[in-house]
Amino acid sequence: MSIDRRSFIKLLGASAGIGLAGVPMISVANEIMPKKGRRVVVIGGGYGGTIAAKYIRMSDPSIEVVLVEQNKDFVSCPFSNLVIAGLRDLKENTISYEKLTANHGIKLVHAEVTSIDVGAKKVVTSAGTISYDRAVLSPGISFRFDEIEGYDEKTTPEVIPHAWKAGPQTLLLRDQLRAMKDGGVVAMTVPQSPFRCPPGPYERISMIAHYLKHNKPNSKIVVWDANEKIASKEGLFKKGWAKHYGYDAKDASKGLIAYHSNSKIVKVDAKGKEIDNGVEALKADVINIIPPQKAGHIAFHAGVVGEDKKWCPVDQITFESKLAPGVHVIGDSCMAGPMPKSGYAANSQAKVCALNVVQLLNDKAPIDPSHVNVCYSYITDKEAVSVSAVYKVAEGKTISVPNSGGVSPDLSELEAVYAKGWIKNILTEMSS
Amino acid sequence: MRLKLIVALFAGGVAISSSAFAHEPSHTAMLSNTCNGCHGTDGASAGFNPTVGGTPQTYIIDQMKKFKSGERPSTIMGRLAKAYSDDEIAAIASYYSTHKYVLAKQETDPAKVARGKEIHKERCEKCHEDNGRSGDDGGTIAGQWKDYLKITFQEFREKKREMPKKMAAKIAGEGPLSDADIDALIDFYASQK
Repeated sequence: MSIDRRSFIKLLGASAGIGLAGVPMISVANEIMPKKGRRVVVIGGGYGGTIAAKYIRMSDPSIEVVLVEQNKDFVSCPFSNLVIAGLRDLKENTISYEKLTANHGIKLVHAEVTSIDVGAKKVVTSAGTISYDRAVLSPGISFRFDEIEGYDEKTTPEVIPHAWKAGPQTLLLRDQLRAMKDGGVVAMTVPQSPFRCPPGPYERISMIAHYLKHNKPNSKIVVWDANEKIASKEGLFKKGWAKHYGYDAKDASKGLIAYHSNSKIVKVDAKGKEIDNGVEALKADVINIIPPQKAGHIAFHAGVVGEDKKWCPVDQITFESKLAPGVHVIGDSCMAGPMPKSGYAANSQAKVCALNVVQLLNDKAPIDPSHVNVCYSYITDKEAVSVSAVYKVAEGKTISVPNSGGVSPDLSELEAVYAKGWIKNILTEMSS
Repeated sequence: MRLKLIVALFAGGVAISSSAFAHEPSHTAMLSNTCNGCHGTDGASAGFNPTVGGTPQTYIIDQMKKFKSGERPSTIMGRLAKAYSDDEIAAIASYYSTHKYVLAKQETDPAKVARGKEIHKERCEKCHEDNGRSGDDGGTIAGQWKDYLKITFQEFREKKREMPKKMAAKIAGEGPLSDADIDALIDFYASQK
């Protein structure tokens, strides 16, 4: 199955040896696995990468697929807000790669990608180089920490979690809420759009309010949103907050949630537990800053980030980068018209990209894309809302199919059940 | 049966006859793959949501059209179905109908299963043949997830979803089925392997 373990270990040993001898590690590095036939290297084993790797192998088993991922397991951001509220175990959000790689003959390399040599068609990793015919990048997001004064990339999240990449950060925020006294203040900041998971911050507000209501009812969550309004499912969230958490749009002193739009964090004092929006400062017991975002680091290493220095422009039919031929970018990092930066969108883009990568490698014409996005958000432990859409490409642009899609008519217990079906199925698709 | 096959070949445009070719890139695969995020790879659901892979093409077409028109109640399916033309719905249905139907593995209560079996034989088998594996125009109910079966029965019984007359007579007509009877039926269908 995956990679030849022995040679991988040998290689690790060898490079460590070189390091000790003081020779620079920058590679002229060895090709980890010499390429025989046609090969696609997929970088990033999340919502996009796992699915791209799988569907390329399913669509044409004669193409070799190498999946490069740093981490041993993947932890899902969708449904991590329930973990923060104490309604779900983080283990349920965690998948491993064994079954996926074994079932589909995907070769997995646990290494860090340091750069991509687009001309030579080589991915340079911490374990050596890997040649490709085409590369698919699904690098997720990275943060624009520098836009918040006083934010230290390393130390600030240890005190003030962003929890916008699931894992230890999720648990840190959960545990801080648990340790907080009743009557405490939770502060949360929402960055300017676009960011990963448009309804995510508002689901998190709901889930934190749910936790407070049932455990620390004299507490409050104060939200500063850099956007002029709630970025997704606005009416439904407001309705849900009013119904369950005493939210009053006209009077922030009422209820558990005080929500302020057009309020952008500009400064943080991690030690003093204080945030500042340029108009006022706010001290809080627990602070959750969701920083502004940009494409994942690998996209920058690969030179596929566009003029805005944030996101990656791609051909809407093949997801091939407009800046680096032979390199495709999917998921949160790419720009796909009105498609949100969501897990389901990444899943859908991965399938479109996989089929068209296979077409291109077989010298066939790309097939017109068809995408779906479905996102659920929990308002309480029992009620959820959703947004859904179908996308296609018209005149080179991704568009939402007219007169379809949209949001739930109301809060729904049934949708809370189907939401569980969503996470169960999408994580199973990624891990088997 | 023969009629169904002809419909399948005609409506799909491209007949996919063997699983070796089922995953080859095609317009049909492009339309359908994206549904797998909720319905499972090849339409074999891993939980809660219905398994659509390996169910009859005519049934999928019929239900998608009912979602589209609102005749069948739904949460998101109605919103999504509206995006597809009749040809696209036929293509999606043909794609899923060629996959293998995978029965969900789930826990059931032996006593309920036994009671459910009796009710099924007496009232349901005539249309939902082979313990719910096939049926005239019905969906495949054997081996669907219990959560989905529960929701479906509830929608029928609350008259949110219209039952064929024959079915209404068997469920709510003379000697109507009790909640416990429905529970038993659900466990029986869920127990099929």
